[in-house]
This record gives sequence, structure tokens and C-alpha cells, in this order.
Amino acid sequence: MSTLLEGFYSAFAALGVPWIVPRLIVMLVVASLVIVFISVSVMFMIWWERKISAHIQVRYGPMRVGGWHGWAQSIADGIKLLIKEDVIPAGADRLVFALAPMVVFAAALAAYVIIPFGPNLIVRDLNIGVLFYISISSLTVVGIVMAGWSSNNKYSVLGALRSAAQAVSYEVPLVVSILGVIMTAGSLSMIQIVEAQQRIWFVIPQFAGFLIYLTAALAECNRLPFDIPEAESELVAGFHVEYSGMRFAIFFLAEYANMFTVAAIATTLFLGGWRGPLLPPWLWFLIKTYFIIFVMMWLRWTLARLRVDQLMNLGWKVLLPLAFLNMGITGLVLVLRG
Amino acid sequence: MNQTDVIEPIHETMEEMYVNMGPQHPSTHGVLRLMLKLDGEVVTGVTPYIGYLHRCHEKIGENRIYTQVIPYTDRLDYLASMYNNFGYVLTVERLMGLQVPERAEYMRVILAELQRIASHLIWMGTFGLDLGNFTIFMYCFREREKILDLFESVSGQRLNYSFYRIGGMPLDFPESFLTECKAFLEWFKPRLPEYDAVMTDNIIFQKRVQGLGKLDQKTAIDYAISGPMLRGSGIKWDLRRNDPYSIYDRFEFEIPVGSTGDVWDRYMVRRQEMDESVKIVEQALRDLPPGEIMGKVPKKLRPPAGDMYSRVESPRGELGFYIVSDGSEKAYRYKVRSPAFVNLSVLPVIGPGHLVADMVAILGSIDIVLGEVDR
Repeated sequence: MSTLLEGFYSAFAALGVPWIVPRLIVMLVVASLVIVFISVSVMFMIWWERKISAHIQVRYGPMRVGGWHGWAQSIADGIKLLIKEDVIPAGADRLVFALAPMVVFAAALAAYVIIPFGPNLIVRDLNIGVLFYISISSLTVVGIVMAGWSSNNKYSVLGALRSAAQAVSYEVPLVVSILGVIMTAGSLSMIQIVEAQQRIWFVIPQFAGFLIYLTAALAECNRLPFDIPEAESELVAGFHVEYSGMRFAIFFLAEYANMFTVAAIATTLFLGGWRGPLLPPWLWFLIKTYFIIFVMMWLRWTLARLRVDQLMNLGWKVLLPLAFLNMGITGLVLVLRG
Repeated sequence: MNQTDVIEPIHETMEEMYVNMGPQHPSTHGVLRLMLKLDGEVVTGVTPYIGYLHRCHEKIGENRIYTQVIPYTDRLDYLASMYNNFGYVLTVERLMGLQVPERAEYMRVILAELQRIASHLIWMGTFGLDLGNFTIFMYCFREREKILDLFESVSGQRLNYSFYRIGGMPLDFPESFLTECKAFLEWFKPRLPEYDAVMTDNIIFQKRVQGLGKLDQKTAIDYAISGPMLRGSGIKWDLRRNDPYSIYDRFEFEIPVGSTGDVWDRYMVRRQEMDESVKIVEQALRDLPPGEIMGKVPKKLRPPAGDMYSRVESPRGELGFYIVSDGSEKAYRYKVRSPAFVNLSVLPVIGPGHLVADMVAILGSIDIVLGEVDR
């Protein structure tokens, strides 16, 4: 891969083109590939979630658009959202209102940089990969608060404040639960963490960490039972209540993109990443990731919603101590084994 | 703050926020408007505003002859139309001293109890929605659909049946009804534990509703609360047992009661009432006698001058009809005592002090139907 890139760069250098041009071309191609991948995968996930929820609820779900089991439903919905009128409420702060979905989406997009789909299928193997993900994922809440505040709507302000509280409470156990893996692997790089799981997937020695991560990740994605920032029956739609058309679609896209990221990180850190027999690595990676996404959808359509204070209690009083305990035990075991 | 103060967003300060919930809101179960006074997320005051669905039901009832009012009563509590018919025809029959044939009484009880199950199913489903559990809603509607199919086979209608007549029933059960109804009950009984698995036994659900919106016995009686809400507070008061009408004194059934009067108790009361209704329907089907279904009723209904109040235990509580007759074909005065309206009146007392999310749960546990609240 890298030799191919070097060849590409030197070919341009031989032509006398400034060094920045080939690098820009590569960046553009990679960015477009990532965006295309996100869009396609999100459309698939939306359709999939509708089918799963339908079958859990003894229904069929979309059956008409596109013929086979309504596979084109998400495409039709996307087109519909694209051609809708762009409404900005009269009392809104126009600039912040317009920026908010972009911030949310940019944060979701940036996280894809460090997802290792295969041994060589990674945009950039940062040596601080996990740290990068953690910092980027907390950026989402800034966009959400911007959206809630600028809408000038009481329901969306409540949703945004809930979201901020939730993000602060759940970032901490999320990070601490990952620490066990990092200590065992001895690296922050995603590739090296996967390499470290050659003998055994980290889900076995780090099972508690895996569960804590999954719970905190659900809250991170604002999904049931932690969908308090957008609780439909209480806050109508929470922070994006005033958004419609394409701006709403971007929020939606970012939400599902986040879901994929969270599941992909779980796969990398706990389920051995792309490792698996027979099938190509990228396929193994997708299978594991979509399995985790399936579990998240399954939970959503089975459980009821927690209350704000219960959510805080769970985060600070249960998950965080457990995560620290897990970290301590991991450290002890590592020291004892030398 | 005085409980009876009306919340209006006049003096909004930095500490307090007024939120207008409804009339278009996913959790107000129709066109109810709640004015909430919030301190952060804590509700410090709530006032329900009603009247968006007012249809002058009582005035219409005074301008139509007695039989013509029956279809209007359907629209009161549109989730339990059979029961509204029941309450109305019972009042007119008592006013006129009419005798209803045995078979018609049994038919009435069977349909009314099926209706109670259907109404509680809707309540359970929408209560699940209020708490973010979307799946139970679909399960409940699947079962309700089967009950509606039964009603359709009997009356030809699926929502507003207008099926009770003053003095009896207009049509006998179709031949297939008895077997279909038994088949439904056999199918329905194993479904109830399924709901328990999704709702009752779910730890998140339990933590959400326990200790919420406590209604003590004194307040409940002071506010004339009735139905599952009253029984949730631990008062064993069910008109089917305490003031028997029709033939309810012939059936064996339990009256489930709660202990603390919180949302969980109200949930459990309704949940168990479905079991009891199944028992009543089974007994009625077993004892259903052959015979006439329409009593001797004069062509023109002219009740003697006087008044009559009679009440039935609708799925929501004490549904009372008060009719004053001046001896003519139309009622001189017609009044409906709707349980949902009276039960809603206690919301400003039990609501404050909870979070917004709990407000939704408390409102859901009152089980209002706006058609009945506004009439």
C-alpha cells in the first residue's frame, strides 16, 4: 500500500508538479471513499433497523420500495429529505443553527480515520489511535448543544442540556473501560491492538470492560435505553426538534455513523478486529461490527427508557467504579505476570 | 404554591421555565394541553387545559329522542364504546322500569368485558410508548385487533358500535361467535405472561414507575377518583361488586387493588384486571342462556317524569349518566359523569415534584381519553 503511494507521489514529482498536488488528490479520493462508505452503510443500517424492529414487533416493515423487501426504502427517504424545503425557525440563531449539523457530522466522519477494516485498510494508523477516537467522539456533544441552543425552543434546550450531562457522565466510564485493553496491548495504535489479540480476543480477559464499554457506548450514541436527549414521548424529538429536510438528515446520518464507529471500535478493541478464519479480513470486520450493531438495535426495541437521574446514577455510581476496578485488576494481573 | 393555582406563563423568571405541552404532543394522548412550570427538569406546577374536543355532547343529548343518543355515546370514550352504550341504556331502562331478557344481559356482559380488555390493552401499549418501550405497543394492538374482529362479527363496526338498545340487544350473536370467542380467550391467556416478560418483569420499567405519582387514599376520595386509579391507592371499590348492575353479581372475580397508589400500582391493577375480565367472559360464555334478546319496549319511548342517575364501572372508572325526564320523548336534562375528566383533575396534585419524564408516566397512568374528558 505505502509503496504504491510512494510510486504515485514520485511519478507526479517526475512530472514537475508541486508536491502538494498528488497528496491532495489522495486525500480527496480517500475522503470521498469514506463518505460514500458512510452513506451506503447508514442507508443499509436504517433499512436493517426498520426490518429488525418490524420483525420484533410482529410486522413486516418496508416491503414495497425497490421490490425485494423494500430494500430501496432508505434511498427513497434520503431523496425525499434532500428535496424538502430548508426551514429555519424565525427565532433561531441562523449561523449556529446551520453550523450545528456540520459539527456533528464532521465529528462522526473524523472518527473513521482510525477504523482498521483490515491489516492495510486503514486511513491512517495513528500511534494515538484510541485517544484520537475518544477526543473526537466528545466533539459530537458540542454540535448537539449548538443545535439545541440555537433552535430557540424549550424542548430542544432541554434535550441539549440532557445530552451534555449524559456525554460528560458516560465519557469517563467509556475511557476507563478501554484502559484495560490498552494496558494489555501496550499500545494506543489500533493496528497494534488488533495484532496483540493474535492469541486471544480481549473480550475474554476484559469481559467486564467489554460490557461497560457497550453500555457507555449506547449512551454515547443516544440510543435506547439511553435516548434521553431525544426522548420522543417527553421532548418530542429533543435537540433536533426544529430541524427538517437535509439538516435533519445529516443529524440522522451522523447518529447512525456514530453507531457504526462505536461498534467498529468495540470490534477492534475486544473482538479481535479483522481476525477470523477463511473469509477475507474486511468481511470478518464487517460481520463482527454489524453483529454489535444488531445487539444495539435489539436492545432498543426491547427495553424502556431510563430517567435522567437513573442514568446519572448508573454512570457515576455503577459503571465508573466497575471500570476502575476492572482497570486495577488488569494492572495487578499484568504486574504479577511480569 | 396553592394546588389550585392556574399556571400561566406571565411572570417567567430566569429560574423558572414554562413549557407548553400539547395540544400537539406525542404523550398527551389526544388534544390535552398541559402547562408545565419547570425548575430545570423538575416540574413545580402543572395545569391541564381541556376543551379542544368539546362537542356539546350533553346538549345534543337533550335535543334527540332517547334512542338517537346511543350513537353519540359511542364517541365519549371511543376506546370503550360498548361501555358507554351500556351505561346509557341502563339509565334509560331504569328510568322507564324496563326488564331486559336474560340472554341480552349475558351478551352485554360478554361484550363489555371484552371491551375492557381491549381498552386496557390500548392503555398498556401507549403507556409503553410513554416510557420508551415501543414493542409492547404492537403486541397489544395485535390482541386488540382480534377483539375488534369479534366485535365486527357481532355488530358490523370496529370502533363505534352503537350496539346496545334500550330494552335489550338488536342482534343475536352470529353462530360462529361462541367458538371464535373461546378460541380468542385460549389464545389470549398465554399472551399475558408475554407482556409481563416485556413490561412487568423488566427492571428498567419497574425502576421507572415505582414510587411515582403517589396518590394517597384521602386525596383519592376527596377528588372523587374512581376506577383503577382508586383501586391502585388500595381502596377496594368496584361498582361491579359494590353497586351491582346488570348481572355482575352472578360472576366470580377478584378485585385487584394496589397498596401505595403509585404508577406501578395502577399499572398492576389494570394488568390484573385483564385476567379477571377473561374469567368473567369465560363464565358468561359458559352460562349464556338461550331465549329472547329484546324486551317489551314501547314504540315511542316516553319515560315517566322524574330523574335517574345510574353508573357503571367503565375501564376508566365510574361512568355515570344522569337523565331528567319531563315525560316527553327527549330528555329534559342529560349529564355525563365521565371518569377520565374527574381522574384528570388530580394531576395538579400528584404531578409537581417529579421530572418531566415522570410527568409523562403519571399522565399515562391516569388513562385519559379526551373524547370523554371534553365530551
